[in-house]
Parts: sequence; structure tokens; C-alpha cells
Amino acid sequence: MMSFRDKIWPVSAILLVLLVIWYAGAILMNAPFQRDLNRRGDVDVTFSQFVGQTLSQQKPTLPAPHQVAKNVFENTFLRKVTSNRSLVYHSWVTLSSTVLGFAFGTALGVLIAVGIVHIKALERSLMPWIIASQTIPILAIAPMIIVVLAAVNVTGIIPKAMISTYLSFFPVAVGMVKGLRSPELTHLDLMHTYNASKAQTFWKLRVPASVPFLFASMKVAVAASLVGAIVGELPTGAVAGIGSKLLAGAYYSQTIDIWAALVAGSVVAALLVTIVDLTGRLVERAMGARPA
Amino acid sequence: MTSKRSDVISARKLGLTFQTNDGPVQALSDVDLTIGKGEFVSFIGPSGCGKTTFLRVIADLEKPTSGTISVNGMTPEEARQKRAYGYVFQAAALYPWRTIERNVALPLEIMGHSRSEQRERVNRTLELVNLTGFEKKFPWQLSGGMQQRASIARALAFDADLLLMDEPFGALDEIVRDHLNEQLLKLWARTDKTICFVTHSIPEAVYLSTRIVVMSPRPGRVTDVIESSLPRERPLDIRESPEFLAIAHRVREGLRAGHSYED
Repeated sequence: MMSFRDKIWPVSAILLVLLVIWYAGAILMNAPFQRDLNRRGDVDVTFSQFVGQTLSQQKPTLPAPHQVAKNVFENTFLRKVTSNRSLVYHSWVTLSSTVLGFAFGTALGVLIAVGIVHIKALERSLMPWIIASQTIPILAIAPMIIVVLAAVNVTGIIPKAMISTYLSFFPVAVGMVKGLRSPELTHLDLMHTYNASKAQTFWKLRVPASVPFLFASMKVAVAASLVGAIVGELPTGAVAGIGSKLLAGAYYSQTIDIWAALVAGSVVAALLVTIVDLTGRLVERAMGARPA
Repeated sequence: MTSKRSDVISARKLGLTFQTNDGPVQALSDVDLTIGKGEFVSFIGPSGCGKTTFLRVIADLEKPTSGTISVNGMTPEEARQKRAYGYVFQAAALYPWRTIERNVALPLEIMGHSRSEQRERVNRTLELVNLTGFEKKFPWQLSGGMQQRASIARALAFDADLLLMDEPFGALDEIVRDHLNEQLLKLWARTDKTICFVTHSIPEAVYLSTRIVVMSPRPGRVTDVIESSLPRERPLDIRESPEFLAIAHRVREGLRAGHSYED
């Protein structure tokens, strides 16, 4: 296994390159507006002063990394978590509906997979619909779910979670169908020689064999759930959540806020995927997987 | 059918034809064979001769398309439902997420033995195959030979009188194989089980068996059945005795007569 130090250098090198490109981009993209401003105000500045100006605008076209970092820091650590300017508050709102939708989606995906593996007719009838469901653009269907559910007085976390469910059940269903069918022929023959019942074969062979597939698909599903939750927040009239923060930032040209919300979303995504990954590793370790 | 009480397996005019994309393949044709209680019968022949198929028919893993077969006087399906046999596959087929003791306990769990009964039987059978001390290990932590011994323990755990073994030592090196052959004979002597053993090694077949069934392909059929005159007590060096070599010679002749080596 690579040591932590061996891993950190390549990653930092890439990060450094990205930061350099980002700063260069920020200077170049903010320059026209700054030049215009200085000309109208009849201000004469040196080159280094000009660069400083492009990196400290109120509403820059492309905010500089340190501006985003400052915004994220202030809105994460310096505000009360109940304040609606707090990124922690907005992340929490998005996180809760992501997790709820992900839980629903995983359960639904597993249920569909179990049905498909055991009932031949379900595979023929259900599978085309499942695949078709994922070809519909989520941006088109999300507002309709919100509106229809609001009409029957279901609002708040449930509609958003349903959009997460809609996106996350698919990878789990497909992965679990594969996982439940993954046992080798001899492992199945063995069950047959014991005259094992269908339920015994399911619990003692198919389920344990499918565990690695479950966690692999859950990693994809949890990321999809987050996307679903954020998309679900866009048409809710921007009350709270990372999605509403993005939308509000876009309305008022608060570019730094948009980028800060983006960072918050990435942190939440990384957190969720890491949690699923670690859980998967722990479970597989307990199931005797050979340490890599 | 004139099946005696002590007949464990009795096949008459048994045939099995697989329907494949290239047309029908006769895996077994007109097999007549009776195996008595306590016998150690080896099935030998080149690939495609139907030896594994015959074992799978006994185990109700394949259905014959003609003729009759009885296992303990029942149909193979009834015998399987009564858990009449333990089956050892070519690969150990241990479940990787179960420790050795939990692998051996798998049939016992399925057959509904109590916890204490399971523990007692697992300990007993693991001792029988010399794997005491490896209970908590996972399969990948064991060598190939040890894995195969664990799978034999699993087949022995529920006390079936019939043991069906499909090239169990085929993938192991010669030294490990010799050792396991010796252990298997001791185990057979101690437990008085009936063993059907598929192999494609002539020395292995002669060393282990009381009877050797020589088979030949296209169509899969029995070409010779050789009674062994070797004593039941067999040290490894019996394989250099003239008697052993004479039987081995007859097996080789039988294989040649069945045109087994032609293509």
C-alpha cells in the first residue's frame, strides 16, 4: 500500500497547477470590467495594482480562489449554524434530503433487484421501464414532482428526497441484479445437493455474494442522490439548501456565493462517498475479504 | 430391476443426451453399473467420456434422458431430498465470506442442526481431515490442498453414507495429491462410506479403488470394469508392487481399447 506521504505529493502538485491556472483565469476574465471601471473613473494604476484590483472585485466574473476560500470560511465558521447565511445550515438541509432519498433509493433498488432475480416476468416487464426512466432529463421532471406533490400538500423534505430516490435507485437496482446473480455455478450446485430452499440459497449465498456489488453501486447512487437533492431545490422557490444558494447567487450576481455553495456541495459529496466507501470496506473486511 | 438391499447405486441402460447448438451430444449411453455399500469406485477416462456427468446424474444435478438409476433404492431426486450424499467438487467451492468452520457448518445450518450439534460435528470432521486449529481462518488463508480438505470435511459433516468426488485433487501438485490420497483411504477405512471418485489419473484410480470403471467418449460409455485385487490396507509404496502395476496396465489397455487416445 502506498504511504500517505507518497500520495500527498502528486495530489498537491496537481492542486498547485490548478490554482495557478485559476488565478491566471481570474485576472484575465475580470480585466475587461476593471479596465472599463478605471477608465470611467479616470484612475491611473500600475500593473501590480491592476492585478490586485481584478482579484478583489465585489462581483467578479471569475472569483479568485482566496475570495472563495474567505467566503466559505466566514459562512462556515463565523456564522451561527441556524443563520440562513451559514453554509453549514444550507449543507445540512441538502444533506438531510440527500440521505433520506438515498435510503429510499437503495431500498427500492434492492427490492427491484430481488424481484427481477426471482421472477422472470418482472425482468421482461420492469427492466425497459427502469432504463427508460433514466433517459428522462431530471431537470424536466424535478419541477413537476415538486408541483404535483405541492398540489396534494406534500412539501418540504419529501419531494426533494423523491428526486434523489429517482436518481439513486437505478445504479443500485442494476448493481444488485448483477450481484445476486454473481454466485458461481458450483456454489449454486452445492446448495442444490443440500436440498436447500430458495430462501436459504438467497440468504446464505446470493446476499453475501452481492455485498461488494451493493457498495460499488451505492457509491454511485449517493453521488446521484446529492445531484437530485440540489436539482430538487432549484424550483422550490429557493428557501434553503445548496441548490437555493446557487439560485440566489445567480439572481443577484453574487458569483463568490455561487462558488462557495459549489465548494460546500463538493465537500458534502466527498463526505458521503467516503462514508459509503469506508462502510463498504469495514463490511467486506468483516466478511473475510483479503486485505488489498 | 434386481437391486439388492446393499446396492447403493444401480444404473440400467442409463443414457443422457445434451441438446447443444451443434446438435445432440451423447454424454452417456447404455451405462449398466451396480455399486455396493462400502465400495470405493473410481471412474476413469479422457475428458468427454461422461464420468463427471454420471456422478452428476447420481447427485440429481443432471437428469438422465433414458434408462433408470436408483440411489439407495430411490430416485436420485428423492435421495438428494433425503441428503443421501456429500459432493466434493473439482474446485473446493468454499464460500469466501465464511471461515473454515462456518463453511463446514453450512450444510448443517441448512439441514437445521442445533448450534451445539453443529459445533460438535464441525470439530469432529475438521479433526478427521487434519484441519484442527484452522477453524477461524478464511479460505484464502489456506493452501489449495487444505481448502480441498475443508471441502471434504464439509461433505462429511452431515454423515451421508455416500461420498461423490469429482476430480477433487485434480488441481493439486503430485506431492500434496499423494498425501491426500493416503488420508482419503484412511478416512474411508474409518468411516465405511461408499465413495464414487472421478479421476483421470491411472495411479490414483488404482491406488484408491476397490473397483475401477473405465469409460470412453463419443458416446460416453463404460468399456471395462476392473476389480482390484489389492488389499484394503494400502501403504503408498504398494504402487511399486507388480500387482499394482498389473492393474494399472489393465486400466491403460482398457482406455486404449476404448479408442480414448484417438482424436
